Amino acid sequence: MTTRASWWERLRHSSLFWPLVALALVMLFNLLFTPNFFRLEIKDGHLFGSLVDVLNRGAPLMLMAIGLTAVIATAGVDLSVGAVAAICAAMATRLVGNVTDVTATPLPLVIMIALGLAILCGIWNGLLVSRANIQPMVATLVLMVAGRGIAQLITDGQIITVYYPPFFYFGAGYLLGLPFTLFIVAAVFLFARLMTRRTAIGLFVESVGTNASSSFYSGINEKNIKLLAYVFCSFCAGIAGIIISSNVKSADANNVGLFMELDAILAVVIGGTLMSGGRFSLAGSVLGALLIQSVTTTIYAFGVPPEVVLVVKSLVVLFVVLLYSEPVKIALDKLAQRKGVRA
Amino acid sequence: MADNSNILTMKGISKAFPGVQALDAVDFSLRSGEIHALLGENGAGKSTLIKVLTGVERQDRGVIELDGHEILAKSPHHAQTLGISTVYQEVNLCPNLSIAENILIGREPRFAGSIDWRRLNARAAQILEWLEIDVDVRQSVGMYPVAIQQMVAISRALEISARVLILDEPTSSLAAHETEKLFAVMRKLKSEGIGIIFITHFLAQVYEVSDRITVLRNGKLVGVFDTATLPRVELVARMIGRDLNELEEMSRYKQAAATLSQSSVVLQAKDFGRVGSIEPFDLDLHKGEVIGLAGLLGSGRTEMANLLFGVDKPDSGTLTVAGQRVEQHAPLRSIQAGMAYCPEDRKADGIVGDLTVRENIILALQASRGWFNHLNTAKQREIADKYIKLLNISTPTADQLVKNLSGGNQQKVILARWLATDPDILILDEPTRGIDIGAKAEIQKLVLTQANQGKSCIFISSELDEVLRTSHRVLVLRDNAVVVELAQDEMNERTIMHIIAGGES
Repeated sequence: MTTRASWWERLRHSSLFWPLVALALVMLFNLLFTPNFFRLEIKDGHLFGSLVDVLNRGAPLMLMAIGLTAVIATAGVDLSVGAVAAICAAMATRLVGNVTDVTATPLPLVIMIALGLAILCGIWNGLLVSRANIQPMVATLVLMVAGRGIAQLITDGQIITVYYPPFFYFGAGYLLGLPFTLFIVAAVFLFARLMTRRTAIGLFVESVGTNASSSFYSGINEKNIKLLAYVFCSFCAGIAGIIISSNVKSADANNVGLFMELDAILAVVIGGTLMSGGRFSLAGSVLGALLIQSVTTTIYAFGVPPEVVLVVKSLVVLFVVLLYSEPVKIALDKLAQRKGVRA
Repeated sequence: MADNSNILTMKGISKAFPGVQALDAVDFSLRSGEIHALLGENGAGKSTLIKVLTGVERQDRGVIELDGHEILAKSPHHAQTLGISTVYQEVNLCPNLSIAENILIGREPRFAGSIDWRRLNARAAQILEWLEIDVDVRQSVGMYPVAIQQMVAISRALEISARVLILDEPTSSLAAHETEKLFAVMRKLKSEGIGIIFITHFLAQVYEVSDRITVLRNGKLVGVFDTATLPRVELVARMIGRDLNELEEMSRYKQAAATLSQSSVVLQAKDFGRVGSIEPFDLDLHKGEVIGLAGLLGSGRTEMANLLFGVDKPDSGTLTVAGQRVEQHAPLRSIQAGMAYCPEDRKADGIVGDLTVRENIILALQASRGWFNHLNTAKQREIADKYIKLLNISTPTADQLVKNLSGGNQQKVILARWLATDPDILILDEPTRGIDIGAKAEIQKLVLTQANQGKSCIFISSELDEVLRTSHRVLVLRDNAVVVELAQDEMNERTIMHIIAGGES
């Protein structure tokens, strides 16, 4: 009895509790109201179904959220992730070219150059924030605006469509019956987790995000920590961009990752990382991204008219974010205690 | 005392935090026209009592009455409207706003819906003039030294016609003449019937201005005393709950200065300086030696420490640490060269509030080890537990967030952070500011035991007796320059004060 109670208490006070509850509620809603939402079928050895769809379509958002977690934990923000995704999508498709079944550049080189470009974007953001001491929101706004222009320059203002099937594998391929994107997300997540929890980088990020001055006095190179966070964030956004362009087999400089930075920030916040920096949760951010994606998928599956979609989405977000508010938390705690007494 | 009645009564106040019973059925009363000192060690519950009174925290049990009516402040702002104003220990102002805005924030005079700037500035200037502080009220507060900021914070409290004024460590960052000025203001307010709760660690000041004393210990009320009839030794005994022979013990620790001058030099600065912060100075720090820096706030003490540790970059001279010339001036390099630095502003530059005690303690050690040479949690806990025990840090567990600790314990955590790096040279800037005498003595003793173990120390403090007690040599600073160096036999309070005041010894 006591162990069960403490297990419950631990979960209830874990940072993942509320995103999990919200996700469970969305799933419950689907169980009751959306026919076939939980049906999984195997076609040609591939798993299909709405759940798989959520995971697959949510991959770019999950990647961006993982990257943004690092930046937000340093008390920063990166508004340029959508634009960086567009730049990488443009560069990747440009390098592949639009000749059927032939790529203009070897595929590994395409990926390396595109991601290299993403890293350059991250260095740019990181230098503006850490060395030029520009406020993160303003500093990354520069690339958010300029990035779409750069992407258009890369594509010569055209929508580049690619016809080279191996390139489609990143966004639409399957491995062991599961979408390949899932493996990419898992790899990036594990890498990020390893880098933050098995090295001192996680501690330094949280320290810098909580109090940059104290961190500096303690010998932490807070400038390089920030730079690293922005580089990693852009790197993740770059992967997201490649997945998006591979999935839709084209790159539209104006639309790849459009407004995704806002969804990604939301995912991080839902995941329990504060915008003021400090403690962060990578798993929380991934859950947050999944929540946002499931809501979107649910709304479409449920047949909500498009003009209402954003309203419904915002209501769900409002619900989750309210659960984080301190007064609401206290009220809920009291409620839980009263129930405990009665039982 | 015109009116002897209680204006404020607190009865049976209890408050618990996770793992700590901060207040346990504490009674407190304040008469009108009284200066009432609230004393106790770190974690005795003084701050919590004030927080309950001003609506920052809500008590678990107990009643508060103001003028015979029960009150329950919901927020500091609500407390202000009830007539209870506070000036907190750490200056709590908006550094980007002007002095006038800070003083009148939330109560700006308005004209046709918008702020009447002329009246706002005039009102603020009037208050500061009354305090005899000469500043431009339109300048942002952050540009002024801590002493002025403190005065602005006091002005803000004064501006509201308060019945009860709480001064939480108001003098810890004031120079002697500013303290005098504050006391004059306090007496003036007292004569107007306002009740003042005065929290301080300077016992001399308690005896200088207060009428009565309430002593707390470990969240419990020890007693209420009339200042005039309570001998100082007895007060100290009540506060710590044990006899204090630390002073005699300390003099035994202190080595003879003569033997030190023959030991090797661990830190040598030659013509080392930075324009606008500290004039070029020479310094030889020997192994096992404690050098005290004396001087007023803003005399260049902190600037000197910042420069030695590489927080600021020098523009002249050389620094040699352990025989190696320092080329790159940065905290990380200094740590790797065996230096440690406890900065003056604990809240802004010391603690990392949202991290645990354990993480705070290993932070500098981990920083010196780099990103990838990671200390695992078990090792971190081992180090943290060792220093929690060694420095007597009172915290439920090593995983408590450091922001939940009292000021003195936070200071000990920062000391632990530096001791964990096993430094050869400790630079301590005001390590005992705003903490109680028990912890003060512990820290002073720690400095001397460290020196006995062959570590060297640069000790900065506003309290002269503390500098004299711990140091083998004293450098006196004035106007951003080292004015004179005093050897052991030349060191005494009179001489130093004379030099600080401007007359060469």
